[in-house]
Order: sequence, then structure tokens, then C-alpha cells
Amino acid sequence: MSTVTPATAASAESAHAPAELDEPAPVFVARDSRTEQIVKILIPTVMLAALVALWAWYVKAYEVPHYILPSPWRVAESLIKDWGTLSAALLITLKITFTALGMALVGGVGLAILMSQSRWVELALYPYAVILQVTPIVAIAPLILIYAPTTQSALLICAWLVAFFPVLSNTTQGLKSTDHNLLNLFEMYGANRWQTLIHLKLPSALPYFLAGLRIAGGLALIAAVVAEFAAGSAGAQSGLAYRLLESQFRLNIPRLFAALILLSVTGVIIFAMTSVVSHLLLRKWHESALKREN
Amino acid sequence: MTIDPAQAVSSDAHASASRPLVSLRGISKVFSNGTTALQNMSMDIRQGEFISLLGPSGCGKSTVLRIIAGLGDPSSGTIEWPTSNHDASGKALPEISFVFQEPTLMPWATVFNNVWLPLRLKGISKQAARDRVLEALEMVGLEKFAEAYPRELSGGMKMRVSIARALVTRPKLLLMDEPFAALDEITRFKLNNDLLHLWEKFGWTVIFVTHSVFESVYLSNRIVVMAARPGRVVNDMAVDAPYPRDEDFRTSSIYNDYCKDASLALHSAMGANDHL
Ligand SMILES: Nc1ncnc2c1ncn2[C@@H]1O[C@H](COP(=O)(O)OP(=O)(O)O)[C@@H](O)[C@H]1O
Ligand SMILES: [Mg+2]
Repeated sequence: MSTVTPATAASAESAHAPAELDEPAPVFVARDSRTEQIVKILIPTVMLAALVALWAWYVKAYEVPHYILPSPWRVAESLIKDWGTLSAALLITLKITFTALGMALVGGVGLAILMSQSRWVELALYPYAVILQVTPIVAIAPLILIYAPTTQSALLICAWLVAFFPVLSNTTQGLKSTDHNLLNLFEMYGANRWQTLIHLKLPSALPYFLAGLRIAGGLALIAAVVAEFAAGSAGAQSGLAYRLLESQFRLNIPRLFAALILLSVTGVIIFAMTSVVSHLLLRKWHESALKREN
Repeated sequence: MTIDPAQAVSSDAHASASRPLVSLRGISKVFSNGTTALQNMSMDIRQGEFISLLGPSGCGKSTVLRIIAGLGDPSSGTIEWPTSNHDASGKALPEISFVFQEPTLMPWATVFNNVWLPLRLKGISKQAARDRVLEALEMVGLEKFAEAYPRELSGGMKMRVSIARALVTRPKLLLMDEPFAALDEITRFKLNNDLLHLWEKFGWTVIFVTHSVFESVYLSNRIVVMAARPGRVVNDMAVDAPYPRDEDFRTSSIYNDYCKDASLALHSAMGANDHL
């Protein structure tokens, strides 16, 4: 990284300075954003290349057998060769994850609104939402498997249960955190419940909801995988988790790695998508989405 | 409390109508934790008055303002609105606006949408409200910032938006709870002047809460001094200086005299609670 002059390096650093360092850096403003853009892409790319190279070198230098640690090339090869099986499995895992997430959003937000409107509903239901959350999903999965009509629906229920709670609890918290002065203002101007909900409570709960969404997105994928481990589904309807286990049984470690990489990439994409949604919705007004500028 | 609709509206600026706009009769407020925020407070507010409620913090200024605004009921006593319209059940429908100490803007809404809010809640569409919103923004000198978000504005500008929102409903009574307390002195003086100009022009009635003697004398034609524990009125003095008032007034001897009087009244109010 010899091309980075001390000045630009310092400016890139100051953009990420912790909040208590309040010194403005006006001199670098013009160069700052471009340098930062490049650095933002360059550093992760270089890092990734370095890690893969280290991995390839290690496997070769120490002659590690491929059923213990396959080389990156073997994993890539497996990814291409088994793409038919893997992509089908990926599709199924994605379907479960996103259906569960969608249902969690509807259910979580719906229940949060219901509880914010009625103290009775809150007192009656919230404890059960907590119980469902704190009981490990792997422990409930066998029961769900017995009760659910199909394995697919069991997986869906498991993933939903896990993704639902962060949405519910965050949205509930958000709905409760409405600025009291604004509530007074709405009351004074004769707003009805519906107007207060639509124009005040929901917008102010939005940042909380989006934080919940980001957690729920990751958890939905994790739960879809964990539930499939527990359920051990088979045949054409198998998701990535099953393919992982299968590869392990058959000591097909390159394929295990390929499946693992697909899972990680899916997780990263879900995280990126929820982050982008969050940024787009908040960028105009919420501190979390604003670049600090002094 | 039967009201003849013909008499309901009389917005003659600064005219002390024979009947008060609001009349507080023996208002007390005891909070659930046992704090007596107000004890037996009575006062008449006449149309066109610019009243300052002056008192140390904790003397119940905000509480009385909220009660007048209908936010929270008094524990005892009555509030009458002899000149306002009343609904079928006899409940008064006073035309009030409230400016809080904080700007209290919705951060997710533009300046325009923030000012539109009171009209929107009455079911007035954005298109229909447009002229009135822009007019209100013009009054506070922010017509160019209609599409800005609150975070892009300075503290003083946010307060102006808050005032525009209060004015957009064309209220008869403007309640202001230490609206400029958080601003720097230069901005505060500027907003004081702008507020006075608007008041002279439109002639609403203003109840202005402050703990600043200077601000109360500069702005108002009547100062109601309050004391704490329990919150009550201890002095009610007129400020008989002519409007328009400007920076010359701030340095005049009559202003100084009134400040001295108000200061004395405030100190004797606080002297009753020497532990403060
Ligand atoms: N919601 C509340 N619950 C209990 N006590 C309150 C509440 N609001 C205000 N008080 C108390 O009532 C008194 C008057 O408060 P307030 O009207 O806010 O005073 P001021 O605006 O003059 O500073 C204070 O002692 C305050 O602590
Ligand atoms: Mg107060």
C-alpha cells in the first residue's frame, strides 16, 4: 500500500474516528470521499486474496490431504461440478429463509402494533413470545416435526419462531419510545389513535424495527439450517444443511466447503440487503444512517 | 356555560374584551406521587394579552400551561372559555397552539410536512394546506427551507419551524413553554423581536413561560410571578410600556425599572423557599 500518502491515510482514518475525537479535518474534505471509496473496496479485496493464497500455500506446502482440508481449487471445482445439487439445495434454503423472514415481519410488526394498542393483549401474549424465544429451537424442533404436516413446514415454523422475536421485541420497544412531547402535540391537535399510529408511532419505531430486521434476517438463515440439522430431511426437498451433513458422511470435504461457502455468501447477502434497506429508509433523517460531518 | 355563537368570535387585537378568553378558577394539581404542582390558582386571561408566567423552575409553570391546553386534567378547580365555541356536550373547543421548550419536530418529516401536521390531522390534504403552510413558514422567514429536514437546521431555525407549526392553525391563544431557553442570547433576542412583531400584527393572546426576568419584561404587557412548593401565583404586575418595542427599549430606564420590580417579586417568591 505504498501509494497511500500519509495525508490521505490520515484522512481515511479520521473518517472512522470515534465520536469523542471531534476535531474537524476540513483540509482533506475533497479527497476524503474518493480515497475512502477506493480504500473501502481495496482493503477487503486484498485481504480476501491474501487469505485464499495463504490457504492454497498451506495445503500445498504441508501436503494436507484433501479429505481434511481441500485446496481452494478443489472447492471451486466441486462448486462447479456439483452446482446442480447445490443450487437446488440453496434454493430450498433460501425459500425457507425468506418465507420465514416475511412471515416474521408480518407477524412481529402486527403483534407489536396490537400490543401497543391494548395493554391487555400485551399482558396476555408477551410472556409467551418470550418463552418461545428463550427455549432453544433445537429442543422444540423434534416436537414441531411431529406436529407439522411436512418437513418443509416444520423447518418453516422453526425459522419463523426464531426470526419473529427480534422483530417483535424491537418494534415493541420502538413503539413505546415515541417522544412524549410529540405524543402531547398529537393529542392537543386532536389526533385519533389511527393517526397517531400512522403518522407518529410507526415512523418513530422504524429505526428499531430495522435493527430487528437485520438481526432477524441473519437468524432466519441460521434457524433454517439448524432446523434442517435437527430434522434431517432427505430427498429432493433437501436444503444446504442436509447437503452439508451428507458431504460429511461421505467424506466429500470439498463439497462440504462449497456448501459452507454458499451459506456464508447467502448470509452476507441477506445482511447487505437488510443494511441497504435500512440505509435507504433512514438516510434522510436518522443519526445511524448519517455520515458525521463537522 | 351556554354560549351565543354570535358572540363566540371577537378577535379585536389587544382589546380587553369584557369577558376573559380563559378563566382559571381555583386550579389545583396533585400528581400521583403526591407532589402538589399547583395550589388554588386563579387568573383571568384577556384577549390580546401577552402574559409571561415567571417563576423558578419547579413552580408549576409547565403544569398550568398543559392544563390550559387540555393535556391532563386539574385535580380540582375549573377552566372556563367564555368566548370560545363549545361542542354538543358542552366541552370547550378553544383554538390553541402550543410551542414546547424543545422544537418537538418529527425528524423523519420535512419542514413542510412538520408544519402541515396540525392541518393534516384535521383531514386537510397537502394540496389544500399548501398556501397556509407556506404562509406560516414565511412568517418565520423559513419559506426557503420547506424541503429541508429538521437535522439540517440550527437550533433557532428548528424553533422557528415549531412556531410556524403553532401558527398554521391560526390560533386565538398561543401557549409557549420556555421556547427560547435552550438558544444562545443573540438568537433569543432575534426570536423575541420576531415574535413581538408577529404578535403586534396578528393580535393573538400569548401565554409565555420563562424564568428570565429580562425576557418577560421585554415581551409582555403582564407578568404573573409564581412561587414553588406549592406552585401558586404570588404577584401579577402590568408592564405599561408601549409597543412596538425594540433594542432601544432594552436599554431604556423604564425597562430597567420593570426588570427591578420583576426581579424583586421573583426573589421574594423564592425567599419563601430559602432552601432553594
Ligand atoms: N408527571 C409528573 N409527575 C409528578 N410530578 C410532576 C410531574 N410533572 C411535574 N411534576 C412536579 O410538579 C412540579 C411543577 O413542575 P413543572 O410544572 O414542570 O414546573 P416548571 O415548569 O415551573 O419548572 C415540580 O415539582 C415537578 O417535579
Ligand atoms: Mg417547565
